[in-house]
Amino acid sequence: MYDQKQDKLIIGGHEFTSRFILGSGKYDPELIKAAVDHAGAQMITLALRRVNSFSGNILEHIPEDVTLLPNTSGARNAEEAVKIARLAREAGCGKFIKIEVIHDSKYLLPDNYETAKACEMLAKDGFIPMPYMYPDLNAARDMANAGAAAIMPLAAPIGSNQGLSTRQFIRILIEEIDLPIIVDAGIGKPSQACEAMEMGASAIMANTAIATAGNIIDMAEAFRHAIIAGRMAYLSRTGRVLDRASASSPLTGFLQE
Amino acid sequence: MDKIDHMKYLPDMEILPDSDIQDRVIDAMHHFDYQEYSASDVMRALRKESLSLHDFGALLSPAAEPFLELIAERATKETQKHFGNSVLLFTPLYISNYCENHCIYCGFNCMNKIRRAKLDEDGIRREMEAIAKTGMEEVLILTGESRNMSNVEYIGNACRIAHEYFKNVGIEVYPMNTDEYAYIHECGADFVTVFQETYDSDRYEQLHLAGHKRIFPYRLNAQERAIRGGMRGVAFAALLGLSDFRKDAFAVGTHAYLLQRKYPHAEISFSCPRLRPIINNDKINPKDVHEKQLLQVMCAYRIFMPFAGLTISTRERAGFRDHVIGMCATKISAGVSTGIGSHVEESGEVGDSQFEISDVRSLDEVINAIKGRGLQPVLNDYVFI
Repeated sequence: MYDQKQDKLIIGGHEFTSRFILGSGKYDPELIKAAVDHAGAQMITLALRRVNSFSGNILEHIPEDVTLLPNTSGARNAEEAVKIARLAREAGCGKFIKIEVIHDSKYLLPDNYETAKACEMLAKDGFIPMPYMYPDLNAARDMANAGAAAIMPLAAPIGSNQGLSTRQFIRILIEEIDLPIIVDAGIGKPSQACEAMEMGASAIMANTAIATAGNIIDMAEAFRHAIIAGRMAYLSRTGRVLDRASASSPLTGFLQE
Repeated sequence: MDKIDHMKYLPDMEILPDSDIQDRVIDAMHHFDYQEYSASDVMRALRKESLSLHDFGALLSPAAEPFLELIAERATKETQKHFGNSVLLFTPLYISNYCENHCIYCGFNCMNKIRRAKLDEDGIRREMEAIAKTGMEEVLILTGESRNMSNVEYIGNACRIAHEYFKNVGIEVYPMNTDEYAYIHECGADFVTVFQETYDSDRYEQLHLAGHKRIFPYRLNAQERAIRGGMRGVAFAALLGLSDFRKDAFAVGTHAYLLQRKYPHAEISFSCPRLRPIINNDKINPKDVHEKQLLQVMCAYRIFMPFAGLTISTRERAGFRDHVIGMCATKISAGVSTGIGSHVEESGEVGDSQFEISDVRSLDEVINAIKGRGLQPVLNDYVFI
């Protein structure tokens, strides 16, 4: 019988029993509460550029037992990502850092090359880097070798709610990279989160899908169930799915001893 | 008085010989015939996920007017998708109203007999302190366009002071050369707004009679120089009503679109000012842009470039501003005064205003209005690095 408490997600030596991480896109206290109470989030991303506000009210809304995952949004290259990460550490946001390096204001696609560079610099500086990336195996290997604690491939352009557009490439990362693969960006529905978990993703990060739902609490709850369902399916090894029909009288059926 | 050639750069004005942005914008605007669009062009544009320049033109056309409700719905969806419930707040701060230009529609123009003033370092600090005390974290520094009375060093110094009090500093001043933008950036500002006023160069020539501002191409290429100077973001606008507003809006969108393609990292935003009544503007004949047309333009910007910021001007009434946030606008000013030295009560206003504002609400009042619409006021979404 599946026991969520025993099925631990380990990132950088830290244990989590929840496999839902709240992203930082659209933020308000109501969303944070729904994510923690109803989606079970134990880790919440937050953009330093928002924490950095004099009003500082975002941090007040995050419960103490929730791990903060500050991100480097606003960084356009590795050096800027490192600067933002250090500012986050000074602001008391801990060692985890989600690396986001973006210099495309239209699609907000991450720059894998600069991200890998930032990953190396931040790992050497004592951070626990979690790079947000376009799902490319070579880049993921570079990030893993550079000291990443998890790899966070995008499912679709951020905020797009388009689902697992990059599923085949995420599948390759799951097979080849010995780190937690956390699917980030683009997950628009619980069914898509479920599918990613069924494929073997270690966790799901989402924000817009819940933030823009008509009923935030119910949607947060739906994500929790979907992620658990997908995880259970993965662990119980889903039945085989073939591309074509399997002949009941196979061509090789005539062979004898 | 002989007028200078408005298309010829003056000495010391930097030319970008490798840039074809201006030619492409003007060419696209000339070919934009908004009467050619039909209702089916509008519907086709609305069905598309990502709009071409042609589709953008359809949304700006008269054929789109009967579909304004549908357009507003689509704009609202895009705003939700890209910005959620958040609405950014800022305050403009006018530090000098000296101007060397003769622009016949503008309250600051050098021929208008208004009280001129320029804040010194202490005055700037006092004004900024007063604004920061309200809780505001973003400031936009504005001057009249006088390189003599408010030179680059003066503006840079204001940016340094602003950087002490605010998280986010932008400028809306005269166009500069790339190296000057780089200097201003070093001083702590990261966003540059330049209104082209109108992209119709013939009309531009009739409206801008003298001064540096008369040079049309130098102004048009300001955003590109700002980006090259290291600025994070640039804002575009035409003062709707100076010329054919549909053509001007099309040119604004085209300009932003082409620069974003050339400099994909640049953060793009739009402003949507309309002409407001000011002293001596009876000399021009404003082309009417009613609220309906203004909203059409704003929604067209939003749907065409859904990731771009859009600022709603204080020139508009509170009721209009409150309704367009969350629909298409993402940024709203509060606690605004367009006079010089008017944020510090005891000193009073020492220089006259550029234009009349319609929404005089304080920061707290605007915050409450935003919350009242189920949206989330955000004072800062930026980190200076």
